[in-house]
Amino acid sequence: MQSSTSLRMEKVTVDFGGLRALSEVSIEIHSGEVVGIIGPNGAGKTTLFNVLSGLVTPASGSLFIGGQPREWPRSHELTKLGLARTLQGVGLFSELSVIENLLVGATHLNRQNFLQALLGLKARSEDSMRERIVEILGDFGIADYAELSAAELPYPVSKRVALARAFISEPTTLLLDEPAGGLGVEDIVWLKDFVLRFRAQRSVLLVEHHMDLIMNVCDRIYVLNFGQLIAHGTPEEIRNDPAVITAYLGTGATQ
Amino acid sequence: MFIDTLLIGISSGAIYSLMALSLVLVWRSTRIVNFAQSGQAVFSTYIGYEIAVRAHDYWISLPLAIIFGALLGSLVDLLFMRPLLRRVKDGPIAEIAPVIATLGLLGLLQSLLGLIWGNAFLQYASPLSAKGFTFGSHTVPFSPQNLFIVLASCAVLVIFGFIFKYTNLGLALRAASFQPEIAQLAGVRVSRVRNIGWAFAGATGALAGAVITPTATLSPNSLDLLFVSGFIAAVIGGLDSLVGAVVGGLVLGIGFSFILQYIAGSVTFLVGFIILMVVLLIRPRGIFGRDAGRHA
Repeated sequence: MQSSTSLRMEKVTVDFGGLRALSEVSIEIHSGEVVGIIGPNGAGKTTLFNVLSGLVTPASGSLFIGGQPREWPRSHELTKLGLARTLQGVGLFSELSVIENLLVGATHLNRQNFLQALLGLKARSEDSMRERIVEILGDFGIADYAELSAAELPYPVSKRVALARAFISEPTTLLLDEPAGGLGVEDIVWLKDFVLRFRAQRSVLLVEHHMDLIMNVCDRIYVLNFGQLIAHGTPEEIRNDPAVITAYLGTGATQ
Repeated sequence: MFIDTLLIGISSGAIYSLMALSLVLVWRSTRIVNFAQSGQAVFSTYIGYEIAVRAHDYWISLPLAIIFGALLGSLVDLLFMRPLLRRVKDGPIAEIAPVIATLGLLGLLQSLLGLIWGNAFLQYASPLSAKGFTFGSHTVPFSPQNLFIVLASCAVLVIFGFIFKYTNLGLALRAASFQPEIAQLAGVRVSRVRNIGWAFAGATGALAGAVITPTATLSPNSLDLLFVSGFIAAVIGGLDSLVGAVVGGLVLGIGFSFILQYIAGSVTFLVGFIILMVVLLIRPRGIFGRDAGRHA
């Protein structure tokens, strides 16, 4: 898998009624890479994520995973394809505990047939799954919250739980939708470190408004504006791209 | 006298709880108040009746009625609700259409039952005595059939409690009920899980019908009042909460029983609605309902 294309979307077009939300957008992510998608509000960033995660059906466009053409995934198949997504805001199961949230995140690793599920026969891996969850919560610095209900968590903790729930499905590519939204400096530093560690073996696609984070962790950045790809390059190139400066960074947001 | 009244209350409360549970199971998974539930339950009871007549055995008919109830619940979802929800996605009608549809389905099922079995009052008898237990010279108004009703309800609660708390299926049901989109992204097949919710609800309603009917008679409308009580119980409990449904059912059953005994039979049902209104006025989410603030 090294340096092969792990994921490529080609000429994705999405229409919402009369509105063209995405127009022939192509992006690719290689393993070992962090790729950022930036753009003003309404540029189509989340729509692109929604296409990739089976929530929106594109009018046209194709998907390649590991170089092979693929149907657009249905959303419940996402984790099986090695993709895991976090949502804007919190996106946890508020009725469930932190551990249970992660157990749901591990659904595809924990397949049971209906009868087993009904009879409550645990897969043999269940105990090791719990151990794994405890280990991950420890790594994420949130072990103390394991038994709490997701609705009771402080906001920064719930963002980490959401990340942990995506992480536990053992994805090859993490799709993070504004993971830094609403976080303080310390949590963003932690997040940066996490993304860079994760990249070592796999890849991350990142939608984010936090410029400092984007410029620091991304290997490459795509810039969307009004559903169109207006620029693509390294953080350095993007910072100096006149089209980007006009469309997006022009207001002095570079620093 | 007090104990007697309490026993009757527990027995009818157990049945209300079952009906309330079947409503809550569907509400949680689909956000629909399934008015067809009494129709589905009475249909399943007719199947039980028919099997009991042919096999001369209540104990064979009971599980088969429950299985039929589960299949019927699953079919209602697959053939009726899913296509409907797919078509009516938004607009002012979107929230109410499925509920109205369940009313239509109720009429349809009951007419169908009338066509097949007629509108006569049938006897679906259980081998258990409907005569109260006797202690010394005192006969309590609590029969072996009542005891069976309470035990069967407890068994259902234990089974559901176990499934929801300790199995992956239960976890998926809970995850999918409030955040279906997130559950889907986490790998849960939400539509399948919902269908299982409908099947559980159908089975629970069928059990309620099959254990209560031997104490009364069977007709296409014979479970309508039970449905109303179950609905009130479910709303008291908060519609979202399984525990709430059970507590709501018991509160209502015991409440009815005491009013019947100490006040007057004629106001019993009225009191049910008064309890409902008081709960809705003071705590509109129900006693066990979730906080209004959604954590999406």
